[in-house]
Amino acid sequence: MSKNGTKELEAELKAGGGTVPDDWNRIRGDFTERAAKKGLVDVAYEIHETPYGPLVVAATRAGLVRVALSVENEDLVLEGLAQRISGRILKSDRPQITKARTQLDQYFDGKRKKFRLKIDWQLTNGFRREVLAATSAIPYGETSSYTEVAVEAGSPKAVRAAGSALATNPLPIVVPCHRVLKSDGQVGSYLGGSSMKRELLEMERARVSA
Amino acid sequence: MKPFEYIVEVHGPAVFRYLTGRVGPDRAEDCFQETMLAALKGYDEVREPKAVRSWLFTIATRKSIDVYRRAGRQPVPDGTIEETSDRPGSARPGDGDIWSVVGQLPEKQALAIELRYRAELSHREVGQVMEISESAARRNVFEGLKRLRDGAGSWT
Repeated sequence: MSKNGTKELEAELKAGGGTVPDDWNRIRGDFTERAAKKGLVDVAYEIHETPYGPLVVAATRAGLVRVALSVENEDLVLEGLAQRISGRILKSDRPQITKARTQLDQYFDGKRKKFRLKIDWQLTNGFRREVLAATSAIPYGETSSYTEVAVEAGSPKAVRAAGSALATNPLPIVVPCHRVLKSDGQVGSYLGGSSMKRELLEMERARVSA
Repeated sequence: MKPFEYIVEVHGPAVFRYLTGRVGPDRAEDCFQETMLAALKGYDEVREPKAVRSWLFTIATRKSIDVYRRAGRQPVPDGTIEETSDRPGSARPGDGDIWSVVGQLPEKQALAIELRYRAELSHREVGQVMEISESAARRNVFEGLKRLRDGAGSWT
């Protein structure tokens, strides 16, 4: 006795598909919390709003590992972290992230000159790491050049490599690659755009001379 | 490999719906949390991004069976044709919809139909979860549909 055709039957079975549970956000939040408590989150991240758009702020257990400017595609940034560190990535809080967010806010408000954060340097190594270390030493409100940074990093001839290390800086703002200019004093390129670079430098100079 | 956050976002709701059918609304949430925690724990061992979904539903299926084991009920061994609601599945008295009839199908057919329509898996993925071939999965779905269509149970 056939009362329903297969098509109608399939339609009935498919009904309700694609729906999201009413309290999905709470369920999801509970999951993230439990995962964090069990120590299953290798990389935690949050999206942090700034005057220059939303930043991805990511940390491992060892410390802040990645800051991505809004021009970088969020999905690609996270996939990159999955590939290079671990797929166990969740959008969740972590003390290092909270700290970084507070300090970033203070920096953009002109109220912080130095970041004091635990950094996980695992996304960079060798000469690149040296370049970032040299860059971190450039004081607030001052600038350096690619050539000088290359010298500081121990390879005076590796100016181009220094430039590429800065272009792929995993921690922009925190490691102030915006303070490195071309040798002729021109502002040079910046992942967040030259105008962002110029504005950050103007803000810093204004604070220093104030 | 996608970040796990993406897995939760994209597959989480379907896992939740599937488990609600498997263990009932009261136990669905705990079972969901256990499933996702186990998945997160083992996530870095998944090598084939395309197999993530069937892998996830394999864990969910196992966890749903655990729920019944813990409750002191043995799931019906594979392949037996036994009409019982004391097993993970859709039999929920008073449901009144087609899913309560699905729960009365032989277990393999019921599971295949749940995986196909509630979890929205492909036949290939249904086979992967059930550890049977794609064509065997197709057959189980087909046989289940046939029984439903021919009026297994009393729904009209």
